[in-house]
Amino acid sequence: MSIDTETARRVAKLARIKVEDDALPALASEFSAILGFIEQLNEVDVEGVEPMTSVTPQRLKRRDDVVTDGSQQEAVLKNAPDAREGFFAVPKVVE
Amino acid sequence: MSDLTKLTIAGARDAMRKGDTTSAEITSACLTAIEGAGALGTFVHHTPEIAADQAAAADARIRAGDAPDMCGIPLGIKDLFCTKGVPSQAASRILEGFKPEYESTVTTQLFDAGAVMLGKLNMDEFAMGSSNETSVYGNAVNPWRRGNEDTALTPGGSSGGSASAVAADLCLAATGTDTGGSIRQPAAFVGITGLKPTYGRVSRWGIVAFASSLDQAGPMTKDVRDAAIMLGAMCGHDPKDSTSADLAVPDFEAALTGDIKGKTIGIPKEYRMDGMPAEIEKLWADGTAMLKDAGAVIKDITLPHTKYALPAYYVIAPAEASSNLARYDGVRFGHRAKLAQGDGITEMYEKTRAEGFGPEVQRRVMVGTYVLSAGFYDAYYNRARKVRALIKQDFETVFADGVDAILTPATPSAAFGLGENMDPIQMYLNDVFTVTVNLAGLPGISVPAGLDAQGLPLGLQLIGRPWEEADLLNTAYALEQAAGFVAKPAKWW
Repeated sequence: MSIDTETARRVAKLARIKVEDDALPALASEFSAILGFIEQLNEVDVEGVEPMTSVTPQRLKRRDDVVTDGSQQEAVLKNAPDAREGFFAVPKVVE
Repeated sequence: MSDLTKLTIAGARDAMRKGDTTSAEITSACLTAIEGAGALGTFVHHTPEIAADQAAAADARIRAGDAPDMCGIPLGIKDLFCTKGVPSQAASRILEGFKPEYESTVTTQLFDAGAVMLGKLNMDEFAMGSSNETSVYGNAVNPWRRGNEDTALTPGGSSGGSASAVAADLCLAATGTDTGGSIRQPAAFVGITGLKPTYGRVSRWGIVAFASSLDQAGPMTKDVRDAAIMLGAMCGHDPKDSTSADLAVPDFEAALTGDIKGKTIGIPKEYRMDGMPAEIEKLWADGTAMLKDAGAVIKDITLPHTKYALPAYYVIAPAEASSNLARYDGVRFGHRAKLAQGDGITEMYEKTRAEGFGPEVQRRVMVGTYVLSAGFYDAYYNRARKVRALIKQDFETVFADGVDAILTPATPSAAFGLGENMDPIQMYLNDVFTVTVNLAGLPGISVPAGLDAQGLPLGLQLIGRPWEEADLLNTAYALEQAAGFVAKPAKWW
């Protein structure tokens, strides 16, 4: 499958990675090569096979629905590029 | 004692208990060796103060006679592990400046057992790579060279710094992580032992996630006994990782009898690839003969879906990565791009991720985004998960037929030159023998077994039944004894 520059632009947008226009053709050609490699999977007969959901047949453990952690505002904000007054700060999102 | 850095974990443990040396002495010898080994690009964050404190505490425990096996052992820790108050960057620019407020379960357990942290080790960015060339810190370099050449060779990846540091005797052992071969391939490239445990054996909590259904941490050590000792300290049930198995931890070291009489070793025909170098072919045949001489029954087996493991991996791993790496958005930790006048939150995300992620990580995140996107999810992601089920079934069938372990080459070649292998898909082929094991969730170990014509180490891989690391380690121990690999790289750094 060949990926065109428009598809590459759309994927970059979905992934929230800025790609300059002049880099899109090269990116599209890399995607095409990788998807070409992946397309070997079409040779496999997967009729009636369930997609794997867990590699080890284990049931996820359950625990009581109670608060086990919290009250760590300072630690949570410690690594933020911009934290103010106990909040993460980001550019304005609401007009 | 001389050459303290060359000690194995077992050797250092025994020497410290006898009082022949101390953790402080071994630690200090390692720190000196690290200072002189900048050319190898292994240690990217140094923690000598932490090491000195931990060594002193370990020596007190050893004197008191209350010392676990790992007590006082100086280790390198892959940069993928979150270590409290110490930079943990996954070799990415996007985590520049990130100092976790918490400690990963694996490092917590190792430190509780008395192990000493010398510093953080180089790796491919977010563990995505097979040559350590995608790291923000620059390349890690293999201590081995081809003959008399001075071409810089890759130590493999993604745990390249771990591999190089252990092979060059900068630390006694190191932690690694393995999503498609990232412990076993670098171990093979530098002539050390690398073990990827069964999925769920070791807690993933506090390890920067790449592909959560495939990631598993494990030991990278100078020999099989050390792998057994260190695995024992790393593994065990952890309520903080919902996929961590609630199983008893056996005494792995006690399982090392070297007796494999009557064990059945499978030789899968699909691993005999077209164009495989004659030296790898011979190594594999030699390894087979060694296990046979040790009393094992050799059985030809078939794993028919092997060919589709890499393409399935390159759907599943990028898909999980695109989801896991969504958290790097410039809000909660790490790098945030400088914004232009009028930039909103979307521009912040896009610029931050463009600046913060290197080309291979961007490529994989976008491929993952594509295969998960509306209209392609079934064709790519679901199909890959079905093929994964078939790959696992291949292994279940041979194990049900009485095979105890499977012997394969660890890598399709010896270490290659840095910069020699720039095509992404060619690079992916490095994991052709290892990636099946991650897809099937099995334990696998790489054992150094010989040198090629240019004097570079080559490794063999043994694949075991799920949860039977003890048995796998014992087979690896028998192979190690028979192969008698003792070569070390000549020091040039």
